[in-house]
Order: sequence, then structure tokens, then C-alpha cells
Amino acid sequence: MKALCWHGKKDIRCDTVPDPQIENPRDAIIKVTTCAICGSDLHLFNGFIPGMMRGDIVGHEFMGEVMEVGSDVGTKGTKLKVGDRVVVPFTIICGECEQCRRGNFSVCERTNRNRAIADKVFGHSTAGLFGYTHLTGGYAGGQAQYVRVPYADVGPVKIPAGMPDDQALFLGDIFPTGWQAAVQCDIQPEDTVAIWGAGPVGQFTIRSAVLLGAKQVIAIDRLPERLSMAQAGGAIPVNFEEESVIERLQDLTHGKGPDKCIDAVGLEAHVGMKHLDSFYDRAKQTLMLESDRPHVLREMIYVCRPAGVLSVPGVYGGLIDKFPMGALMQKGLTVRTGQTHVNKWAHDLLRRIVEGEIDPSFVVTHTASLEQGPDLYKTFRDKEDGCIKVVLKP
Amino acid sequence: MHQSRAQTVAAGLGFFSIGLGLAELVAPRLVRQAMGFHCSDGMVRLYGARELVNGVGILLAWKRAPWVWARVAGDALDIATSRSPAGIAALAGVTAVDIATAAQLSREENAPPRRHYDYSSRSGFPRPPAEMRGRALAKKERAQGPLSFEATTRA
Repeated sequence: MKALCWHGKKDIRCDTVPDPQIENPRDAIIKVTTCAICGSDLHLFNGFIPGMMRGDIVGHEFMGEVMEVGSDVGTKGTKLKVGDRVVVPFTIICGECEQCRRGNFSVCERTNRNRAIADKVFGHSTAGLFGYTHLTGGYAGGQAQYVRVPYADVGPVKIPAGMPDDQALFLGDIFPTGWQAAVQCDIQPEDTVAIWGAGPVGQFTIRSAVLLGAKQVIAIDRLPERLSMAQAGGAIPVNFEEESVIERLQDLTHGKGPDKCIDAVGLEAHVGMKHLDSFYDRAKQTLMLESDRPHVLREMIYVCRPAGVLSVPGVYGGLIDKFPMGALMQKGLTVRTGQTHVNKWAHDLLRRIVEGEIDPSFVVTHTASLEQGPDLYKTFRDKEDGCIKVVLKP
Repeated sequence: MHQSRAQTVAAGLGFFSIGLGLAELVAPRLVRQAMGFHCSDGMVRLYGARELVNGVGILLAWKRAPWVWARVAGDALDIATSRSPAGIAALAGVTAVDIATAAQLSREENAPPRRHYDYSSRSGFPRPPAEMRGRALAKKERAQGPLSFEATTRA
């Protein structure tokens, strides 16, 4: 089969690799009909996340048709059968451990095959992830023609007949990620919610905050096309290259600061003249003294209203520097973060799509074949050609 | 934001400038002897100050090409001051990297402005956003907070 494989920093290729096989009674083989390139895939592409090996199949946003099921899959849980259309959450869950029973699916205690490494790096292992380093299990990803899906009796979400792939696909990651980011803020009717980053996750976060009733939603980015999409979803756009984020947020909140702040940027914050601390981070990254650039975290802590909430769906991988712990503590801010508990939200969000509350396909700007994937990685990374979200059709 | 290869090399040259500048300020005699400079220690210190300003400028500038071209001018001055063949050869090598990087940066930084893409019709909502505000609450189906484990949606 064809698959996009990681061969090193800035080197992803479309290779021919062996087809996946059923390895466990709880496995299913999915024929991928649509997959996407996620912003967090760019962290792998740019070499910021450790634990990748040459030839690893990448991709964790995918959906498709069930081709084959293990002996347990047809009788338990989701009772998948050949021919079912499914979206596969990027977090692999067992459905049985204590964390899964609590709904904390992204920290499933069983699905990371390399938990010993993760235990050493993070203190405790989190869930296995598709196509996202050997720290999270080293599972083959979904930017491929076929994928082996472990624990298929509990993970995949069945999609109703007739729903287009582009509407359903994002239930596997970015829609629930944006939703969880907003839910974690416990949004109240009088709240101002400021969202840093108007990429795909930021776009879904904006719409989730609107649906959850925020009085005012503000989107911070520098790319006009992303800000235009954010504004279409109900956000007030703030271009950080044209105006001071802090001054604008103070103006919009009568000097009080946003009640809730969401970081939909993560570890590769923009390096620019308006943010001198970003040069400091970039220099330390170059010298391998810091792994992540936390400009957004610093800005959120500074500007957030006291007793507010910081929600962090943006991906961070390692160590940061000059973290304003004093301000965080003195202002009594609450920080909520984590990979997304996709299975906690996906069925509810699927119903909202079916009922016409939202059509997630608004975010798709580029559609291409799997063979064009490596080029689209570059287009997406460089934010060229108005690129916001790439979907691939294997 | 992704950095081009020229941007990355320029950042490296910026750090190199700062390192060399500090060395020239702190140990001018050592640098003078190593590079075969035919001038006073005071002049080497001035060169060091120039390197420091140049390095910081490269790292902080939004447009780096002029600062890297300034390095090229500094290289010419250094070569003119040196009397050592080995020193001149080393300086010539660095100058070649400076020229190539400055030329590439000039091309990138003078590229035509980005085309504007307008996605203002892509709301994803069936109604204007103002009418969708609080829709998830209106149905009395408010999502559970992160500490509630009731919202597990698995069948």
C-alpha cells in the first residue's frame, strides 16, 4: 500500500509499504477514504518532537471503511462489521482501565505499548496515539491506504450513511479538541474568551465557544485569511502584527482582561519583532537549551483576568523557560490542558453535525491525493496558497 | 512560522558575530595574532563592537538581509586589515557564506506580497453566528466540565 512515511526532519515521503494485518482479536483493518494533515504533524515534520524513527507512517486524523475485523470486534462494544464507515479517534483507548472508565480517554493506562519510555519522560504514560512517535506507542498512522486500528471494539465512531467524509473526518481530532478546549473553560454567559491561533483547532475552538454561549470571542493571529475565517465564525479578529494584543484585549474587556484564554498555538509560536521573548526562545532552541517556544502561555498569563481559566489544547513537547509562575499564582488562574478525550465528545458532536448545528467542512481549504501529501506538508507549514486545512484522499 | 534555510543560516551568523565580537572585546591581542590583523588592540575592540551590533541586529531584525550585507562590508574591512594568508583564507570562506546568505535573504524579503484569501463566507453555521450563540445551552445539553465523568459518550 501507499503511505506517508517520516524519513527525518522536513523529509516525509509517499512510500510503498506492507499492508497492515490483524494482530489481535480486538483489531480492525480500515481502508482510509479521507485523512488530514494536522498542525501537530508539523511538529514532527519540523523535528520538534522526539521519538520518531525512519519509515514511521504518520497521520492521526483519518476515517474510512472497515475491511476486516478481529474475532472480538464484531461481538463487543461498537460491534463493527465489514463495510461500516468509521472515524477513528487519534487517541487509542482500551475502554476498560480506570482512566477510560472515568472518561479520561487520552490518558488510557493500557494502550501505549512503549509505556516504559513515556513513564521516564513524563512521569506516567499517556494513551497510545496513531502516527505520533514511539513515545506514544509507535503505532502506524493514518496517512495511508490502510490502517490497523487496535481496540476497534471501543475506539472508532460509526458514521451514518450519506454523511460526506469532509463533514465527519474532524470528529477524530480537531473538532473535539476545539470543543474540549472551550468546555474546559466552563464558559459563562458574560465571559470574554480570547483564543490565540486561528488555525484549524482555533477555528473549531471559536465556534465551540460561540455555541457554548460566550458573550465575546476574540481570535488572535497574523494571517488575514485565518482571521477572515475566524470572523466568519463569530470572533473579533486581532492581528498581532498590526496591533498590540494586550492593549486590544484590555480595550475589548474594559481593562479587566479576558475571563478565559485558550492557547491553540502550542510549541511553535511565531518568532517576530513584536515578541522579543520569541527571539530568546528561538535562540535557546537553536542552542538546544529549550524545546518549546511558550510566548502564548506568557501572554495569556499576563493578560487573563484574575481568577480566570487558561485552556491549552496547543501541543507542547518538552521544556519551557521564563514561565511567569508568580503571576499565575498571584492571579489565581486555573490551567486546564491535555490531549483530547475524543471518545468523550465525538458522539455528541456527531449528533450536532447530523442536526445541522455545524458543518465542519468549512475549514477545508486544500484537497489532494496521498502522493501529493509531501508537497502539501510544505504548503501547510509555510501557510502558502491560503492553506488552513489539508485533506488527502488515499 | 517556518524559517527558510537562509533565515536559519543568518541566525547562525548572528550568533557567530556575537561570539567573535565578545572574543575581540575580551581578548583583542589573541584575535589580532590569530587573524594576522595589522592594527592596534583598540581597533580590534572596535571591530568587536561592530560584530556585536551586527550580530544582535541580525537576530532581532524583521528583515535580516541588510544586516547580513553589513557583515559582508565588515568582512571586507577585516580582509583589508589582515596580513596573514591563513587569516585571509578563513575570512574569505566566511565572506562567501555571508554573500550567499545575504543574496538569498534579499530575494526572499523582496518577494511580492502574499495573495489575499478571503474566507469570510466560511462560518460553518447554518445561521449567522449571533443567532448560534449559546445554541448548545439552549437545548439544555450543556457539555459536562472536565472534572465530570458523566459525559462519556461511548455506547
